[in-house]
Amino acid sequence: MKSRSPGRIIGMGMNYFTLSVVSVIMLIPFLWMLSTSLKEPSKIFVFPPELIPSPIRLENYTEVLANTPFHLFYWNSLYIAILVTIGTVMFASIAGYAFARIPFKGRNFVFLLLLSTMMIPNEVTSIPMFLFMRALGFINTHVPLIVLPIFGAGGIFGVFVMRQFFLGIPKELEEAAMIDGCSRWRIYWSIMLPLAKPAIATLTIFTFLTSWNDFYDPLIFLNDRELMTLPLALSLFTDEAGTAWHHLMSASVMATLPLLIVFFFAQKQFIEGVSMTGMKE
Amino acid sequence: MESNLNVPLSPEQRKAKPRRNPFQKEANVAGWLFVSPMVLGFLALLLGPLLLAFYMSLTDWPLLGEPTFVGLDNYRAIFQDEEFWTVVGNTFTFAAGLVPLNIVLALGLALMLARRLPGIGIFRTAIFVPVMTSLIVWAIVWKYLFATDTGFINQILQMFGITGPSWLYNPQLAMPVVIVTSVLKNVGLNMVLFIAALQQVPVQLYEAARIDGAGKARQFILITVPMISPTIFLTTLLTIIGSLKVFGQIYVMTQGGPGNSTKVLVYYIWEKAFKNFEFGYASALAFVLFFIIFVFTLLQWQYRKRWVFHEE
Repeated sequence: MKSRSPGRIIGMGMNYFTLSVVSVIMLIPFLWMLSTSLKEPSKIFVFPPELIPSPIRLENYTEVLANTPFHLFYWNSLYIAILVTIGTVMFASIAGYAFARIPFKGRNFVFLLLLSTMMIPNEVTSIPMFLFMRALGFINTHVPLIVLPIFGAGGIFGVFVMRQFFLGIPKELEEAAMIDGCSRWRIYWSIMLPLAKPAIATLTIFTFLTSWNDFYDPLIFLNDRELMTLPLALSLFTDEAGTAWHHLMSASVMATLPLLIVFFFAQKQFIEGVSMTGMKE
Repeated sequence: MESNLNVPLSPEQRKAKPRRNPFQKEANVAGWLFVSPMVLGFLALLLGPLLLAFYMSLTDWPLLGEPTFVGLDNYRAIFQDEEFWTVVGNTFTFAAGLVPLNIVLALGLALMLARRLPGIGIFRTAIFVPVMTSLIVWAIVWKYLFATDTGFINQILQMFGITGPSWLYNPQLAMPVVIVTSVLKNVGLNMVLFIAALQQVPVQLYEAARIDGAGKARQFILITVPMISPTIFLTTLLTIIGSLKVFGQIYVMTQGGPGNSTKVLVYYIWEKAFKNFEFGYASALAFVLFFIIFVFTLLQWQYRKRWVFHEE
């Protein structure tokens, strides 16, 4: 920072003003969601709109929990996201390590093949996948929602991220271990994997987030309400009752809040992870 | 054979592949074992379905009953399908609206937020939080804010004595509304990528330019843009591809309507496949989408060489 001329100060003030306006627009949906989730049904559309409702109606939350299998939606979303994340990190790191460090025959060809399919839209393969899963009896189960992301574009993205990371680790570490007679698996498991924590953290957050928010696959593969994940269940709320906004908003708050809390604590790492990998879903 | 492929190898890797390495056999076995879960999964769950999808696109494949091979009939039908052209037009309208808006806004915000100023973290977080949020929740809330009589936007307008339009039920306005809300949802992601790129531009370049008497605007055009052009290229490409695949917000906010004014390609594919159960036709549509995305990727790749300043 050089001199603080009046021009500079005005410029900074304008920056702050612009940023505040954009931030407020970004936060309106959340404030509105929160506010409506605490309103009495009759007060939702009152004019002029009141931001802080009076009285505050917490029953909107308990009613959603009592009238819908909301705990099931939560549980479905949670355990599917956890399994997808564990599977992705596991298989992607093993394959990423091999692509980075084991000079096996056919390696470049296979890696290129994997990479080139990352561009294929999910929608192209989802139709035969639906028939395939139907033939195996997996429609209306969580199997496709767990297996497909691990080996689909998300998994391949994981392989890519992990490979990049392993390429950057000095080779000497491994060579020393090999001279000592370590197997490839032990080198991977006891030396490389512990070093890969930053890459694993990034991949974990990314994968969990993508799975938690996924909408298209549950829409295709699930029918029963009890099996639904949060995004799908929420989208059905709007269909059947355009009137129950207070319930829909409290459900949305409950679906969003855990992620925002996690984000609040992990934001630095996550934003760094995004810039580090330079990629998105 | 492999050496013809364009995969960048580090010098160590090149050295690690001598002709007759006594460890080569061990490396082959270990390597293939390590990648086998991923490769088998890939063959069964991506490549297999992809080939089957292509075969399906050449058939008449109803939900029940036998598929019949019809050759290129589906593709021929697509080009005569008026709804298809509307849908493609809508998809490109969406992309043409979203991509420039997203990139310009993301870059503008990044320029303001790349510096270390007090309180900057709060703004970064506020703009990034929607990226974390479920697209469906985001779309539901905005649908509500844009409701005709009772929505927040129209209530605000009414405070100024303006009767707001019925945003999502107006064929002229529905698409712009979807575009703007989509930009707000995802602009934070591109912003973060731009911030990372801006922070890597050497400060000395700006200092030298300032000594030469270059103003802010010239510095931006002569230094900033060329230095971050790889990131601009990458984000633009990814945003275009993402926007061609838009689905969730359309499903929630408009269901393709009013009329067909917001019906996009993926929504049309989904409708044909999972509402009408015309799997063959839907598969052919999906391959048209694949082809469009493929062309964009290739075009971008070609152009990149002309205007991207430095490549790694």
